[in-house]
Amino acid sequence: MLIPHPLLGARDAQEFTYLGDASLMDRPDPNGPEAEAAFCDYVFLRDNPAGVHRELWFHEQGDRSWLVVTRDTVTHEILGAELARDVKRGAQT
Amino acid sequence: MTFSGLRVVKEALTGHKGWKPLWRNPEPKPSYDVVVVGGGGHGLATAYTLAATYGITNVAVLEKGWLGSGNIGRNTTIIRSNYLLPGNQPFYEFSMKLWERQEQDLNFNSMVSQRGIINLFHTDGQRDAYRRRGNAMHLSGADGRLLTREELREKVPFLNFDNARFPIKGGLMQSRAGTARHDGVAWGYARAADMRGVDIIQNCEVTGFRMEGGRVTGVETTRGTIGAGKVGVAVAGSSSRVMAMAGMRLPIESHVLQAFVSEGLKPTIPGVVTFGAGHFYVSQSDKGGLVFGGDLDGYNSYAQRGGLPTVEDVIEGGMALMPMIGRARLLRSWGGIMDMSMDGSPIIDRTHIDGLYFNGGWCYGGFKATPASGYAFAHLLATDTPHETARAYRFDRFTRGHVIDEKGVGAQPNLH
Repeated sequence: MLIPHPLLGARDAQEFTYLGDASLMDRPDPNGPEAEAAFCDYVFLRDNPAGVHRELWFHEQGDRSWLVVTRDTVTHEILGAELARDVKRGAQT
Repeated sequence: MTFSGLRVVKEALTGHKGWKPLWRNPEPKPSYDVVVVGGGGHGLATAYTLAATYGITNVAVLEKGWLGSGNIGRNTTIIRSNYLLPGNQPFYEFSMKLWERQEQDLNFNSMVSQRGIINLFHTDGQRDAYRRRGNAMHLSGADGRLLTREELREKVPFLNFDNARFPIKGGLMQSRAGTARHDGVAWGYARAADMRGVDIIQNCEVTGFRMEGGRVTGVETTRGTIGAGKVGVAVAGSSSRVMAMAGMRLPIESHVLQAFVSEGLKPTIPGVVTFGAGHFYVSQSDKGGLVFGGDLDGYNSYAQRGGLPTVEDVIEGGMALMPMIGRARLLRSWGGIMDMSMDGSPIIDRTHIDGLYFNGGWCYGGFKATPASGYAFAHLLATDTPHETARAYRFDRFTRGHVIDEKGVGAQPNLH
């Protein structure tokens, strides 16, 4: 698989380490109500869709940036990649 | 129709005209006491045990494709009970004991072959860890023995003992472990369940659950609605997809694991050899092919095929362990979809919905568990209490902090 890195262009997926569902960026508030239940869901439960999946890849053997890659889990087709920090910033504004 | 030596001789003398299909192909009835979703090894073993042990014969097994078309047909056929943790090892030893009597129980040749498994170690630390594991195996009544380097040289002389990075210092051997004929296991369970009245309904995909007042009353399928007193889901690989239809999110990711088989060779590998440090394990099938595999590709997948980098990694592991494998030609490779759970251990439990039960999360260890998984799931469906060897396999172990993490890597499914 080739991952279209937003800064570096197409890079071999072998340069990356896979973490999992991009929802792992949305860490619950540890001081919020029901924080314990929220953290159990956050740590252990996954949507695990067959189809389009947004997921975190770390460019470990490259520029060490985190990417949010959109990929089809049925065909392995990669539909896009963004810098995770841009995704996070976009979610906050 | 029972199998016997006498019958084989009789059929041989009469042109093999008396053999009949091993199971019926019935139309689904309007409703059943228990509907098992998934006609793979675990689902069929569940239906068989419900009928044979718990006397519940008004049972249907629904399979979306053909019988045994999922992971029971795509694995590397290894059976063993060499786990460490108390939540796991008694269950897998129970499974091993069921394997040992399976052919008699089912009256079917599933070619259970106790040719032994050897887990190699390369350092003093690993030797200590395997000694501890061997002791844990003994505590559950299983067998296990540390082999010295000299004993290993006698059993498996072709290994590269003096590899510069991972010199082989010895191994943990379980002699009762081995292999079984994976398709034969599915067929054996299907036939034995069918003979006891279970309806096996193929090409019947479940498309939804029928609920009334928080209770499941049946399933919607591509062949119509089927009522059910209880529904047991055993669809490892597709667990998240099926349980999502009941509104559940699971502690599971689906990952692809590849496996490989070489051309047929003369007998060369006496049992199963695992090289954990190099992501490689191998055995030899009765047809002579070297059957081997390694790690997951490592990303979520439902594709039943993996990528070439993992092929390269596995074969490098093979070359490092046993350079003679380089002379063999690869016949084929394939991928299967694993329910990778958050602690690397399975789930056999009720759900929060009355009448809906779940069996999944087998990671890449489902095949060896087939008999005990079926037994424990049938026990749960029949009695509403967990089987004594499967008490730890609960959904709530994650929230309670009682995870069963053999590898100790945490909630990172692609590392288990």
